[in-house]
Amino acid sequence: MASYLARRIAQMALTLFLILTVTFVLVQAQPGDYASFYALNPDLPPDVKEQMRATFGLDRPVWQQYLIHMRNTVTGNFGVSFGHFPRPVLEVLAERLPRTIVLFGTATAASVYIGFLLGKAIAWRRGGLLEYTATISGTVLFTAFTPAFALTMIWLFAFRLGWLPVGKFLDPLVWRDADVTSTSVFSFMLLTAVAFVGFAALVLFISGRGDRIGRRWPATLALAAGALVAALAWTLSGIGPLALDILKHMVLPVATLTLISFAGTMLLTRNSMLETVREDYVTAARAKGLPDGQVRDRHAARNALLPVVTSLIYSLIFALDGSVIVESVFSWPGIGLTLLEAVRSEDLPLVMGAIVFIGFLSLLSHLIVDVLYAYLDPRIRYQ
Amino acid sequence: MRSWSTRSPAPGASPEPRGGGLGGGRLRLLQARARLALRSFRSGMAVFLESRLGLLSLLTIGVFALMAVAHPILMGTVWDADTYDPVTGYAFDATEQPAPPSWKHPLGTDPLGRDVLSQLLSSTRSEFALGITAALVTVTIATTVGAVSAYYGGLVDSFFMRFADLVIALPSISLLIVLSALFDLSLFYLALVIGVLGGFGGTAIVLKSQALSIKVKPFIEAARMAGGGQFQIIFVHIVPNLLPLSLLYMMFTVTSAIFAEAVLSFLGLLDIRMSWGIMIHTANAGGYLLSGTKYWWLVFPAGASITLLCSAFYLAGRALDEVVNPRLSRRDG
Repeated sequence: MASYLARRIAQMALTLFLILTVTFVLVQAQPGDYASFYALNPDLPPDVKEQMRATFGLDRPVWQQYLIHMRNTVTGNFGVSFGHFPRPVLEVLAERLPRTIVLFGTATAASVYIGFLLGKAIAWRRGGLLEYTATISGTVLFTAFTPAFALTMIWLFAFRLGWLPVGKFLDPLVWRDADVTSTSVFSFMLLTAVAFVGFAALVLFISGRGDRIGRRWPATLALAAGALVAALAWTLSGIGPLALDILKHMVLPVATLTLISFAGTMLLTRNSMLETVREDYVTAARAKGLPDGQVRDRHAARNALLPVVTSLIYSLIFALDGSVIVESVFSWPGIGLTLLEAVRSEDLPLVMGAIVFIGFLSLLSHLIVDVLYAYLDPRIRYQ
Repeated sequence: MRSWSTRSPAPGASPEPRGGGLGGGRLRLLQARARLALRSFRSGMAVFLESRLGLLSLLTIGVFALMAVAHPILMGTVWDADTYDPVTGYAFDATEQPAPPSWKHPLGTDPLGRDVLSQLLSSTRSEFALGITAALVTVTIATTVGAVSAYYGGLVDSFFMRFADLVIALPSISLLIVLSALFDLSLFYLALVIGVLGGFGGTAIVLKSQALSIKVKPFIEAARMAGGGQFQIIFVHIVPNLLPLSLLYMMFTVTSAIFAEAVLSFLGLLDIRMSWGIMIHTANAGGYLLSGTKYWWLVFPAGASITLLCSAFYLAGRALDEVVNPRLSRRDG
């Protein structure tokens, strides 16, 4: 496992190096050059121009600029954003990163889980009404033009019915008297989610050790206790209403993203299940007289899970990539919207920082899924 | 079958017998090949038409193709350019813009007084041009890369496959947005970029694994024994056998190209005269989208066209999959 991990991290570093090179080449290849871009920008005071010149090495030969670009990226020095003037690019991106991760992490988890449940069900009972409804509606939603669909959702649920807020990620009236920033609330939410997932994994691991079929209540009880502790901590901390406000704004984008992307996982699970139900061990499980649901969930679906985990990479990258569209429609100020705004206002340092961040995030999710996959399927580890 | 039995298979002999056997034999060979191609086309078509969705998607694509052809004809005969030009026209007959559908303007006009039907039809043509260009670029690159890395293996193979892994991991929409910030992306360059991204990415991996299974077939061995050169084996013997699968991936590329164009146009980042995405962008910029169903003709035709054409190409690809994929196909490939 350790050598596999080391190999994957080395590959990832190489890929990141390539992405950095590509971004550098792109900047060099654009019409006009970076140096005159800074020099001609009337919004920048002379001392900042001087500082920029030093940061990016604009008066040096190209190969030295390339080395400086590499060093800057490794040390996280992307320069100063034009659009958010005195603030460094890294600070702007670090503020927006938790928002993107919270939104798209939730949406990906929801869509993969729902897709897996539906796919499992429609493969088990073929030709039913559920199969036709789920397949057709899933495909239509999958191919629907994302912005138009998202706007329809906003029009229906926020504008016409008025159940949910129209856009943005918080309500200024709720936050007026708050003495914490939204970024720290987002970070706490992320921390809670990570802690809970870790706790759940631990509980399930321990309860799986003494594998006694049919006795699931201790694990369920422990999970419920964990959730209760988390809820209590949030209520006592005093920022509970703020988090609730953010959650209320999250419902619509998360629902939209889930509806768009659950079909991919669903169809994949269905195909993979159709192959596993023909295996001998499924027949054997049936012959032992196990209940139908247990054969489906514990024998067939577990083994159908592998390709679904592989596709998780594509779901994550799809979500990250789609973040630009969904964030712009819902005015959710995460990394995607930052990239778009930076592109529109020709804020080059921020554009470069954002694309490097997005590339890094997609590589990181790639790595996490790979490790998960190697854990689930030992054949990968020993290759 | 070239006349390899009469030639001595000496290593290093001139690999290309082209021009040597021109005459009756060559003609008969071409005839036999044409007959074979026709027969496999017919049986493939039969499998393709068996799936209802395949037929339906083919019909949808046909209707859109007719729409693309109809625009220049209508502009030349019935519609005058001052009123009906998709970009510069103005409907002087309407009292307020956007005007609801009427006999003169079957789909109404947009907030700038331009005829929506004319915009819709003229965009269809550019969507086809974009999709087909991108698909051709993708398939040319992916087929070549797949065949070459399957044939040589080793370092070439691992280079191209690692590169494909990298391209897959790239967030393509974000990359296109950055490119649109740095360069003026016209329709042609957009098609080129999408094609290159697709060609070096996942499509290359799929075509390579198919090429691997072709590489070990006896006729490749025979061609090598006959003294066929590397390029001849790759481009005359391996690539033609990859073409059915390439065609399948052309379909999927068309879908993703049209979708990417629509998204970028919707965000207002492209240097294009008119497209479905720009139509929705115009309606959205004027704030007409949140009025719900009142101004339906501004959004619905363009949005439905994007969804329909994308899913038609996607479903046609799925139906084609039944024909060319040996795992799903019932006939002997």
